[in-house]
Amino acid sequence: MTGNLAIHADGLRKSYPGPGGEAEAVRGLGLSVAKGEFFGLLGPNGAGKSTTIGMLTTMVRPTAGRAEVCGLDVAADAVAVKRRIGVVAQDNTLDIELTVAENLEFRGRYFGLGRRDARARARDLLTLFGLFDRARARVFELSGGQLKRVMIARALVHRPDVLFLDEPTAGLDPRSRLHLWDVLRGLQAKGQTILLTTHHMEEAETLCDRLAVIDQGRVLACDSVRALRETVGAETVVTVVYEGGAFDLAAVRAMARADRVEATDGQVRVFAGDPDGVLSDLVALAAKAGLTVVDASQLAPSLETVFLTLTGREFRE
Amino acid sequence: MTTTVPTGTRAAKNRARALHTFGAMMARDARVLRRTFVMSAVRIVIQPLLFVFVFAYVLPKVGGGGAGPGGEAFSTVMVPGLVGSSMVLQAMAAVTFPLVMELSGPGAIEDRALAPVSVRVLGLQKILSAVVEGLVAGLLVFPVVLLVHAQGHGPAVEVANWPMLVFVLLAGAVLAASIGMYLATRIDPRQIQVLFTLVMFPAMMLGCVYFRWTALESTPWLQYAVLLNPMVYMNEGLRAVLTPQIDSMPAWAFLTALLVGAVVFGWLAMRSFARRVLR
Repeated sequence: MTGNLAIHADGLRKSYPGPGGEAEAVRGLGLSVAKGEFFGLLGPNGAGKSTTIGMLTTMVRPTAGRAEVCGLDVAADAVAVKRRIGVVAQDNTLDIELTVAENLEFRGRYFGLGRRDARARARDLLTLFGLFDRARARVFELSGGQLKRVMIARALVHRPDVLFLDEPTAGLDPRSRLHLWDVLRGLQAKGQTILLTTHHMEEAETLCDRLAVIDQGRVLACDSVRALRETVGAETVVTVVYEGGAFDLAAVRAMARADRVEATDGQVRVFAGDPDGVLSDLVALAAKAGLTVVDASQLAPSLETVFLTLTGREFRE
Repeated sequence: MTTTVPTGTRAAKNRARALHTFGAMMARDARVLRRTFVMSAVRIVIQPLLFVFVFAYVLPKVGGGGAGPGGEAFSTVMVPGLVGSSMVLQAMAAVTFPLVMELSGPGAIEDRALAPVSVRVLGLQKILSAVVEGLVAGLLVFPVVLLVHAQGHGPAVEVANWPMLVFVLLAGAVLAASIGMYLATRIDPRQIQVLFTLVMFPAMMLGCVYFRWTALESTPWLQYAVLLNPMVYMNEGLRAVLTPQIDSMPAWAFLTALLVGAVVFGWLAMRSFARRVLR
């Protein structure tokens, strides 16, 4: 039963026909989001986050698997699902022919409000989002931060059960980003269920109750930020990139503090619960073997080490 | 079982809600049309106005003509042609240009696509809205082509058959809007200029706007070739009902072409639209 779940997806797949055959954007993704939860989909660009949001919001047809929002099937009951969701897309999807206030007003009317109610609701939301003085502005006159706030306000006009936000702070300056985080926290405090995608670690860490780390169209891990950090990414990751020969891997593995060692051509990576001295020992070993160290880094336990541990790749924002 | 809502009631409720959304979308289009009305009206009227001014006012004055191939006043020939072609072009443009923009930008169509109606209803609304714009264009152009002429060179216009007039106007506008939607879902946005030079302009010149179709008898290959142009049926249909004294294509021919064309292109347009909106 999915009675208490706002979102439930199981075995969700999406493939697009491409020049080299079918390209799979999402490959068997499953997740469950409870009502009132602030849930994050964290992954690098191209991980399948937007396609997943597209399927959950009925805009992309799943190739296989099923997904439900508020217990309604996104494919079979698309119109009913659309009534219960608000969507803030990554790109500007405001109606450029209309003013800011009209964007909200007509959205309200699309969702069944009468003309007067829609106008009142638009006014309330613009006031709430600090946009009242921009009510008569045209969309192209807004700054990036204002644009996002208008889009969020518009998504809330019909009081949706679930709010979807696709990379809401991408491209925003730090000040607007912080402002938007406040807005989202405020919504969560009022019990709004939110699913947000981000490739911004700090954002995921700051806002989300639970996270699904996704890469290449699959969920790699799903838990609270703290649990992920304490289990999957509990170790410090020390990386040395070198040139000019081969590392003495046996010596690395013999290091007392190295819990796990991963080596690829020109790179050695050590996962250590207690990282004291690991970096200097690695550099010393390299020097002994006559290698040139090109780059050396140490990552403290964080979402970044979670991602590194799960995928073996660094997370590039 | 006590909480079960009868299926019929729920279906009726859903229909009423969809109708409300549909009406709100029409209201949105009306708001935008009203805001840009003066500019749109000038754009729509300027070409027909210049045509009747030169061919029905200036040329008769300077002794350069004024009569068509059958001896009928040129102004009379042009009334259905200019009204029909303005309607066709406006109904097409009303759906093609905004839709090309919406489909080219990432996700711009989602503003309307996320409204609580099916994609089919969304497509129908776009077609109906374009039909309304086409009819408005016809209403704007009609008095212009009726009134601008030199003395003694006025057009002779009467409505011979009201039901047929209504059918020709509606079916012609639906056909034009459907073709517009189909093209918008198929062409590359960068080729929109090409659409104008290669489709709209030839359609206008060879659309039996400035001459009647039956006058092409002397050039049979052309008479058959122009049958590929949907605008011909609209203009000939209007010719048959507005200026019945002038020879026109047989009624069965333009009525069949308009009806079949509207149904076929309407279906193709809706299918293609749904494929573009839902990825």
